[in-house]
Amino acid sequence: MSTETATVSSPGHEPASAHDDHAHHGPSDKQYLVVAAVLAVFTAIEVLTYFVDFGSALVPTLLALMVIKFALIILYFMHLKFDDKLLLRIFVAGLVLALAVYFVVFFAFKFFSAGVPH
Amino acid sequence: MTDAATVEAVAASGHGDVHAHDPHATNTGISNEKLAMWAFLGSECLLFGGLISTFLLYKEKLELFPEFKGRTINQFGAEIFDIPFTSVSSFVLLMSSLTMVLAVSSISRNDRTRAMVWTGATALLGSGFIAGQVYEFTAFYREGLGYTTNIFSSAFYTLTGFHGVHVTIGILLLLVMLNQLLRGKLHAGNAEKLEIVGLYWHFVDVVWVVIFAVVYLIP
Repeated sequence: MSTETATVSSPGHEPASAHDDHAHHGPSDKQYLVVAAVLAVFTAIEVLTYFVDFGSALVPTLLALMVIKFALIILYFMHLKFDDKLLLRIFVAGLVLALAVYFVVFFAFKFFSAGVPH
Repeated sequence: MTDAATVEAVAASGHGDVHAHDPHATNTGISNEKLAMWAFLGSECLLFGGLISTFLLYKEKLELFPEFKGRTINQFGAEIFDIPFTSVSSFVLLMSSLTMVLAVSSISRNDRTRAMVWTGATALLGSGFIAGQVYEFTAFYREGLGYTTNIFSSAFYTLTGFHGVHVTIGILLLLVMLNQLLRGKLHAGNAEKLEIVGLYWHFVDVVWVVIFAVVYLIP
């Protein structure tokens, strides 16, 4: 028996709705505030790099902050940490493809423009 | 079981609105609307990935233009970008994500008043971000950086413009949600509608996190 049949064919069964899931498994409002505060602090550090010389640590710092902020938003605000893993796979597939496209085009530009006088 | 049979079975069990009350009546256990939104957002990664890639690749070609002779890309970037102003815009958009999750959280508790306040606040913060972008574009244009001035400006305006259009669509969706809240059509039973709009809104925010770092801050 499929899950679909099992869920639908039981009279009186009260299926958990989406909002119930989040109410039980999602973060609380207080946790959302904590995540937002962390995001605000990280953004402040990002802006600080414009005014303070970070030297060779500048790019790694900005990339690390960007990745952490990205992860916090998709995991907590978009509930990927608590939702079905299928959703995470769909989104990550899009991300991986986007990164692959970038690297392919980047290397194509490098190879085909190599030796071309500017 | 066919879709029609599913609808009948659910209706017989007392759940009239299949989509609102029984999102698990699918093979995946996820409502079709939510799955579709995630598939859409996955495809949007490719769209913005392509636009960001184009900007990064053409940014390097900036040095080929005679009008920038003697200056580096970083110098040129520092001359045109107003980082403190854009930082405030970024912060505004970031905080709109907080108000968005609070709106979804409120409606899931059937607290419609707070949901209305947070949804309205999100739309307002989003409008603030768009106003900032319009101001920024106007300032750049007055400095002589038009859409076709050079390959850098074309890539920059296309990328940030596409993002701005996405934010604007998000604001319109939020206003539709606000209207439904005001008319009592949005409640805990169909809170997933607001959650799906929220997913779109957070995605727009997360794209800006990347744009802000890659376009504005990383030399």
